[in-house]
Amino acid sequence: MSSPDAAAKPEGPLASKTKRAPGAAPKFGLLGVFAVTYLAFIYIPVLFLPLFSFNDSTYIAFPLKGFTFEWYIKMTEADGLIRSLMNSIKVGVPVAIISTLLGTLAAKAVTRYRMPGVTPIVSFIMAPLVVPGIIVGIAILIIVNWIGIDLSLFTIGFAHLPGCTAFSMWIMISRLEGFDPAIEEASLDLGIGPWMTFWRVTFPLIMPGVVASLLLTFTISFDEFILAFFLAGKEATLPIYIYSQLRFPWQLPNVLAMGSLILMASFVLVYFAEWFRRRGVQLKTTSGV
Amino acid sequence: MTVKMSDQAQAASSISIITNPVEWWRRLFLRSEPIRGYSLLSPTLLLMILSLGAPVLFLFAVSFWTQHLLEFTPGFVFDNYLTFLDKPNYQKLLWRSIKISGFVTILTVLLAYPMAYFIAFRVKKNKFAWLILITVPFWTSYLLRVFAWKIILGFNGVINSGFIELGIIEEPLKFLLYNPFAVVVTLAHAWAAFAILPIYVSLEKIDRSLLEAATDLGDGPVRRFFRVTLPLSMAGVVAACLLVFIPTVGDYVTPAVVGGPKGLMIGNLIQLQFAKANNWPMGAALSVISLMAITLIVCAFLWFTKRVRTQDL
Repeated sequence: MSSPDAAAKPEGPLASKTKRAPGAAPKFGLLGVFAVTYLAFIYIPVLFLPLFSFNDSTYIAFPLKGFTFEWYIKMTEADGLIRSLMNSIKVGVPVAIISTLLGTLAAKAVTRYRMPGVTPIVSFIMAPLVVPGIIVGIAILIIVNWIGIDLSLFTIGFAHLPGCTAFSMWIMISRLEGFDPAIEEASLDLGIGPWMTFWRVTFPLIMPGVVASLLLTFTISFDEFILAFFLAGKEATLPIYIYSQLRFPWQLPNVLAMGSLILMASFVLVYFAEWFRRRGVQLKTTSGV
Repeated sequence: MTVKMSDQAQAASSISIITNPVEWWRRLFLRSEPIRGYSLLSPTLLLMILSLGAPVLFLFAVSFWTQHLLEFTPGFVFDNYLTFLDKPNYQKLLWRSIKISGFVTILTVLLAYPMAYFIAFRVKKNKFAWLILITVPFWTSYLLRVFAWKIILGFNGVINSGFIELGIIEEPLKFLLYNPFAVVVTLAHAWAAFAILPIYVSLEKIDRSLLEAATDLGDGPVRRFFRVTLPLSMAGVVAACLLVFIPTVGDYVTPAVVGGPKGLMIGNLIQLQFAKANNWPMGAALSVISLMAITLIVCAFLWFTKRVRTQDL
């Protein structure tokens, strides 16, 4: 019972009896082998990036030639890298804050109040999760161009908002589903105003979800390529910079070094986000995903 | 006396409500749950209308425009749609995209199901860790994950150079990169979490006593799986299919990086209209056609799965 998910699982004598039913597979049988293999399939391809980023050769091929930090040093000398990195942060931070704010408000609305006719509206808000990115990208490109707004980091951020907000709302709904409105009502009944109730009761309870949402939406915006590709002006974000470097074979080791660092940063951010998010979800197992 | 007082107070307050619209709104706001809910929801809804609803509607309108050199001609003509019907190459690309995505969907869901089943039923203590392990790569850079496959499948890539080094092959295998196969593998890798998670949720929801009942009534594990577990998790399987199929049809990064000419998809053609071909209305029309094709297939799929499921019951 080390994890909250396991603790919340509807386990009991019945469940464990089912498991030991005659003919049931052993705990870590063929299925376990498959699961580990599949996990390897998910992870190993990505791990080749850091592996070859330390390889002392311009060719990305076996055998490995030797260990070097050369590509990491050369990477920092590359034109435009730092600039595009800063641009990505400039876009990602406001996008994370705005989308988390809007996602949280919307999630609070649909979990707290009975609202007739809200289902199609929620589907509409969640639509960016399934609409192909290219459609959103060119739709915004066309309208922005028609209005006469120049492409810039601002248009990239604007395009990131719908998707990030939908993700934030999804995260916050799973966080708020088990939220008991009686806690807030009790606070209001005891004479604390709505603002203090929010800061002292509601916010501490939803905080893990908010942190998770901030980290995840930042990561999505930071790594996002498809929308940024259509909506970038003169200033490139990091994924666009990387894509432009893919054309030059001699730049590939630098790209590997950059990519490894980005992956590492993303992994750390996302790991913390997931940790916060899942630690929070104790009330309802099924929403823990 | 007290009754009279309260009557007076009520009358006074109703007058103040009538005369003071702010007060009237405040009361309505505090009393009505839907109004409070919708006011909380409205900023988000407004953003979605501005950043998604309006642009997509405008995209639809522009698909009926024409473009001559750099000038748009607003109007309502079907030229772009007729061009699509006129060009077998365009139709071939759309058809290929649907085939590739369909194949990716089947492959991903078939692989994801046992994985989700394993986490839901076999993992007892470290579910948390397994779920994090599966979700983490999915949040990280799509571009870099696609790029990873390019260096793995390349002519001098990881697989070829590794196998030559190990003496398994003598010449690099040419069929690995720049074809539909590479696109399928890359997409199946990139969208794994999208398939695993919904199936996991639906499996986790299954009441374990139903499984026990099936066993008690004499079903073996295989029969029990097909008669109880699988039908009860179908909602998750359907969701997984849609979550993988819909976004992959329009993907253009994967085909552009690992697909080669034979692996190009409709997304690349759309992108071309905004780059070299420079025919935005045509690009808009191609997007609308793809969206409609996706919607049709999704509706047919939902109708089909619903029929199968109701027949089972």
